[in-house]
Amino acid sequence: MNIHEYQAKETLKSYGVAIQEGIVADTPEKAVEAAKRLTEQTGTSWWVIKAQIHAGGRGKGGGVKLAKSLDEVKEISSQILGMQLVTPQTSKEGKKVHQVLVAQDVYYPGESKTEEFYMSVLLNRASGRNMIMYSTEGGMDIEEVAEKTPHLIFHEEIDPSVGLQGFQARKIAFNLGLSGQSFKEMVKFVYALYAAYDGIDASLFEINPVLKTSDDKIIAVDSKVSIDANALYRQKDLAAMRDVREEDPTEVEAGEAGLNFVNLDGNVGCMVNGAGLAMATMDIIKISGGNPANFLDVGGTANAERVEKAFRIILKDQNVEAILVNIFGGIVRCDRVAQGIVDAYKNIGDIPVPIIVRLQGTNAEEAKKIIDDSGLKVHSAILLQEAADRIKEVLA
Amino acid sequence: MSVLVNKNSKVIVQGFTGSEGTFHAGQMIEYGTNVVGGVTPNKGGQTHLDKPVFNTVADAVKETGADVSIIFVPPAFAADAIMEAAEAGIKVIICITEGIPTKDMIAVKNYISDKDCRLVGPNCPGVITPGEAKVGIMPGFVFKKGKIGIVSKSGTLTYEAADQVVKAGMGITTAIGIGGDPIIGTTTKEAVELLMNDPETEGIIMIGEIGGNMEADAANWIKENGTKPVVGFIAGQTAPAGRTMGHAGAIVGGADDTAEAKMKIMAACGITVAESPAEIGAKMAGLMGVTA
Repeated sequence: MNIHEYQAKETLKSYGVAIQEGIVADTPEKAVEAAKRLTEQTGTSWWVIKAQIHAGGRGKGGGVKLAKSLDEVKEISSQILGMQLVTPQTSKEGKKVHQVLVAQDVYYPGESKTEEFYMSVLLNRASGRNMIMYSTEGGMDIEEVAEKTPHLIFHEEIDPSVGLQGFQARKIAFNLGLSGQSFKEMVKFVYALYAAYDGIDASLFEINPVLKTSDDKIIAVDSKVSIDANALYRQKDLAAMRDVREEDPTEVEAGEAGLNFVNLDGNVGCMVNGAGLAMATMDIIKISGGNPANFLDVGGTANAERVEKAFRIILKDQNVEAILVNIFGGIVRCDRVAQGIVDAYKNIGDIPVPIIVRLQGTNAEEAKKIIDDSGLKVHSAILLQEAADRIKEVLA
Repeated sequence: MSVLVNKNSKVIVQGFTGSEGTFHAGQMIEYGTNVVGGVTPNKGGQTHLDKPVFNTVADAVKETGADVSIIFVPPAFAADAIMEAAEAGIKVIICITEGIPTKDMIAVKNYISDKDCRLVGPNCPGVITPGEAKVGIMPGFVFKKGKIGIVSKSGTLTYEAADQVVKAGMGITTAIGIGGDPIIGTTTKEAVELLMNDPETEGIIMIGEIGGNMEADAANWIKENGTKPVVGFIAGQTAPAGRTMGHAGAIVGGADDTAEAKMKIMAACGITVAESPAEIGAKMAGLMGVTA
């Protein structure tokens, strides 16, 4: 689960991570109030107005701007609030901005020059341990750094039996070329950051940039935080930070019905039991000349109610030209699933697109007979290849 | 021969008296698996499905000599259950539970690293050696005895592959569901290695999905050490980057964990890659010279 930048920063701060301070606002008037309060708290004379959406690259789309007066705070926040922000990480329609973060200007002039670094904390799947990944090349697209200058990206793996050690935090600060006060600050920063990652069951932290200010403070200027969805049961405060406005409404609806659904932009819908088989079914749709309109795992109990809900969700997509149902019945009997499909079809009424039902496993023959005798516009199949051939036929 | 489980395996069920545990333990007993008892804290001394219930895994091991455990404990308590089994000396721990927090699995992997045990899963369908032992939730009738080993991250896709193998005139030595989580006990490479060393297994089917580098590791190992024909399939050729596709581990994070990249590495390492999930059985039959 992803959270907003302002929520991520509040969370980091509660673990002692130094951050670029800010106050969130959902109207231009509140943004001005926030700017005034922020100046009282931090002494900042300029403000950065940052669109709060769940996607990176906001600056490139015009979602991050500097305001040098309260009038500009109002003007810029009224431009950003309500806009459809398009970034390299959103769809071409972009995402609607509901809130802005009015943040302090941290690039103020001072004794030393400012420097930007990159830091993330994530799981190294190969070793089964967390690692801190960091680079001297901050404020840039890290994929680009990895491609062009891989020697400037460093890793520090954390031993789970002892946790992050002091020598590791010091090594990170040294590798980033720091000394004196900024070195001490960075060691503290790394410690607090890892404690936060560990404490909130995060699956990803990405702080880009980590800034060394002109007075040698080390602070998180941006922060992307994802939480392990499997741990939300014990992270109630974080679970409450979910913003469903950032999610696809159809996916939210499917989730509430207990269906594992991902919206895609193809023309053939699918309904499958099991995540691996669901991905494989999407692949066979592609091989058969179509494009998958969704990923949908109906789970182990493919009963009439769930099947009906799944059909209704798939049919919300106007681009769907055909639906492939692919169920491998093991413990769940295919004849029951077939009856569920027939009942669901009748409840919905006329389904305007052809449906191919492939049922294999326990009582597959009986299931095929139920589908064939139903009198409905449904093509049946038992072998996966037969289902693929039916898709080719209906798309032709 | 076979790997991990066979007719001599003494199996206990952790989370024995819960609804999942009860249902699947019943199915396993019906299949002929040698289930010797189960564990549910505070229900020790009772009898369930005509088998003894123990308070702890250690008690169960002491009383029954159990060497295999299957875990149906809910996600919040499953990591603890795995560590308890490892501590009690269980040799093969099969964890079915889906939804264990990654942080818990980091601790588990670390804890069991110096224990004499093998963890399979979590978030897996289990392991079956047809005709001998079903230690999992798969439909037993799909898996007929034969000479093909299967390694897979997925549940129903494993059943699909097994069904194709059988329909193509072959059968299965052992099918290992390794699980779809980011951290799992037995990797694709380790499962392939087990089957490569099993004298009864003559061909191997390896089914992976997007995310992580386990299939690439296995492919590189096969290139150096493989002695048997291998068919590979990767689910998720059409999956978008950055989205979790059902399994917590099924997410494209970069350029080298896409289905396309994995299939390319597998092919380069001498594995016969099935482009379509419908041709897994036929590809294996082709390599084995079997005509149905």
